[in-house]
Amino acid sequence: MSDTRKIAVTVNGKRHEAEVESRLLLVDFLRHTLDLTGTHVGCEHGVCGACTVMVDGHSARSCLMFAVQANGKSITTIEGLTQADGKLSILQEAFQNNHGLQCGFCTPGMLITLSEHLRDNPDPTEEDLREVLTGNLCRCTGYQAIVAAGLDAAQKMRDANAENA
Amino acid sequence: MKPAPFAYHDPTTIGDAVALLAQHESARPLAGGQSLVPMMNFRYATPDHLVDLNGIEALRGVEVGERLTFGAMTRQRDVEFSSEVAQACPILVEALRHVGHRQTRNRGTIGGSLCHLDPAAETPAMMMLHDAVLTAQSVSGARDLPMNEFALGFMTSALEPGELLTQISFEAWAPEHGWGFEEYARRHGDFAIASAGVLLTLDAKGAISRFAMVIGGLAPAPMRLTDFEAQAISATPDEDFIKAASDAASQVEAMDDAHVSAAYRQHLASVLSARALRRALVCARERSLHHV
Repeated sequence: MSDTRKIAVTVNGKRHEAEVESRLLLVDFLRHTLDLTGTHVGCEHGVCGACTVMVDGHSARSCLMFAVQANGKSITTIEGLTQADGKLSILQEAFQNNHGLQCGFCTPGMLITLSEHLRDNPDPTEEDLREVLTGNLCRCTGYQAIVAAGLDAAQKMRDANAENA
Repeated sequence: MKPAPFAYHDPTTIGDAVALLAQHESARPLAGGQSLVPMMNFRYATPDHLVDLNGIEALRGVEVGERLTFGAMTRQRDVEFSSEVAQACPILVEALRHVGHRQTRNRGTIGGSLCHLDPAAETPAMMMLHDAVLTAQSVSGARDLPMNEFALGFMTSALEPGELLTQISFEAWAPEHGWGFEEYARRHGDFAIASAGVLLTLDAKGAISRFAMVIGGLAPAPMRLTDFEAQAISATPDEDFIKAASDAASQVEAMDDAHVSAAYRQHLASVLSARALRRALVCARERSLHHV
């Protein structure tokens, strides 16, 4: 006999209702129930950071939350980072321009972590970025290009804000 | 790597939570989930009932006055970014920055870390350093436990079945106190191999007037250097004093494991405690200048 719950979750601005088993991990709910396969499953025990999503505006590991815990919450996944017209975000573009990804497996988590960090710290140092990225493992790039992309994006976001001011 | 089935409960009051814990023998409280959920994914932990504490407003919040009081479900990030805590107890903020990563501190809680009681975890070490008092509640009432009685041993707290940690509090040190925290881990955010924390105050002549020192990661639970602390009062904090402190730290009985020998942990404790003590002394001298 399985324990199930009805939940209502807002994902990337869209409300979803579903009946889920209590033990269903949030990342599996996103991938299998909602078909949002951009969020990746890596280690499934909170070490690699590939499954990082935003929960009410703060990054969290979606393999360490149950879908039932997301009831009433607002989730942002990598699918929600692109601009309304489908264009890449400044950060995503910076990853492309700086070769911040190779195989791409860690990229969804990297982008969510850096989106939160650059929102809260618009003028980060290289050291800041390296520290915040300790929660996301990448086995391809050696991190150099990811840090470069983060710094590049931060600069471009500051420039864009200055123009709009 | 999927958790075994369980019945999910999401009480909104402490009373309902402890009633559920009393009612179900195989029930586990779920705090931030940053240690319990990995254990459930691996099926090291297979509770039949999971009592999610995240909806209990009364378990959250920080109060800063003569005492600092934390609801057990206060998230690590909320303490890390509290300007009031940074003012009254800067060592706690610095130590928390070593706890896991941004994403885990956004969910992880103060009380969850204390109940999990990893020997190398920073939060238990900080609570030991501050002689924190922990409040445990069950259907039959509440009781207060000092941290050194709460931490019974390796990942073992004094909580009885059916008891829930609800609140943690400790007295703030004088505003001019000096503090130093140092730890060594192979990667930032890993559990420390060893850590050292020092709090002290100096009298008008520059001698030690109050002193506390904790070593994490060596013994099964964080360890205060009580014998050395007693000797430290009225001591002149010169190089000999720093040497004596680091010797005392190196004599804490240490665990070994597949990665690290006991002797290496003791070596780190000796080096880190000297660094933490030096920082605490510099800090206290600077602060006393500003207070004169």
